[in-house]
Amino acid sequence: MTAKIRPAKGAPYARILGVGGYRPTRVVPNEEILKHIDSSDEWIRSRSGITTRHWAGPEETVAEMTLAAAGKAIADAGITPEQIGAVVISTVSHFKQTPSIATEVAHRLGTGKAAAFDISAACAGFGYGLTIAKGLVVEGSAQYVLVVGVERLSDLTDLTDRTTAFLFGDGAGAVVVGPSEEPAIGPTVWGSEGDKADVISQTVPWDDYREGEVEKFPALRQEGQTVFRWAVFEMAKVAQQALEAAGLTSDDLDVFIPHQANMRIIDSMVKTLKLPEHVTVARDVETTGNTSAASIPLAMERLLATGQAKSGDTALVIGFGAGLVYAATVVTLP
Amino acid sequence: MAATKEEIVEGLAEIVNEIAGIPTEDVQLDKSFTDDLDVDSLSMVEVVVAAEERFGVKIPDDDVKNLKTVGDAVDYILNHQD
Repeated sequence: MTAKIRPAKGAPYARILGVGGYRPTRVVPNEEILKHIDSSDEWIRSRSGITTRHWAGPEETVAEMTLAAAGKAIADAGITPEQIGAVVISTVSHFKQTPSIATEVAHRLGTGKAAAFDISAACAGFGYGLTIAKGLVVEGSAQYVLVVGVERLSDLTDLTDRTTAFLFGDGAGAVVVGPSEEPAIGPTVWGSEGDKADVISQTVPWDDYREGEVEKFPALRQEGQTVFRWAVFEMAKVAQQALEAAGLTSDDLDVFIPHQANMRIIDSMVKTLKLPEHVTVARDVETTGNTSAASIPLAMERLLATGQAKSGDTALVIGFGAGLVYAATVVTLP
Repeated sequence: MAATKEEIVEGLAEIVNEIAGIPTEDVQLDKSFTDDLDVDSLSMVEVVVAAEERFGVKIPDDDVKNLKTVGDAVDYILNHQD
């Protein structure tokens, strides 16, 4: 016989309740990058808008940065760690694959026995994690979910590659997603384009080391022009679709928080989307660099901390990166 | 109807002016995008996308790197438009 299964009881809707970030203490100016490449401060600024980035020291591990950001997000949400039912961490720079970094974080935060796992969605990781969290809260498998994007991309940077050496930064950004009586996270427009897998990738897979064929540690590389075209023009379409899916137009927006890949991409996206003047645009990349999955929550935290955005504002967020993968949605800021 | 060579030069000049702020009269066939017109590799992508829309052509990334001068771009568009 087919027994009647009782489903979990979820919340009507989900929302971001709190946000927190951690930036490593060491600030690295362009001058330091120039020790290893033939370039100039002016060239780096004009191609990327980046003036400084934070690089993690030996003590600022993926776990420690995550704990610092998560602690702030949990406090900001006004809950206690024991209330967290799931921990979702997006990273491409945690070098011990098993066990996941999420289990260590769940334990050390004092969540009790929260479900915990890592995801790999590169620079779209925050949107992927947020989408999973929203589903868990509404479906009822967790009341509160911690979502973290954390990277030590300095570990995956080829300091001698003049096209990428200046791009990447380290840091962690976290949010707590929980129940809401009103819709506060829109439909996610997301996807992957595996036919473009070679456009951004790690130079060599780890198992090449076992064969002893590789001398140089892996690094991230990308085809700049191809990434730029895809990011600006294809991702503007995705951002527009996310707005429409939420039943909104750009006039309804207060804030735009694109993945902080490069200022030129951000500026061109804003132009392509024809965003109204009143929309505040996150430009955290200037002093943070590209921190992949951490970039959106880090930028969100800074906008709120500096008063450029406020709680209750409507924000369009979009992440895009290696895969290629992307995820966009509209959220109410915590 | 396909654009004439003159129309393509004129259109490209307007695009380069819009994207890089270069006076339209400076956009001449023999001018190099990067060396003479201050169009760097990323701005070049914007020029190419705008030209694709305006002239109804597809310019794949692999071909973009061969477009060194305004004349290269004009010839490419002339040879690839419908």
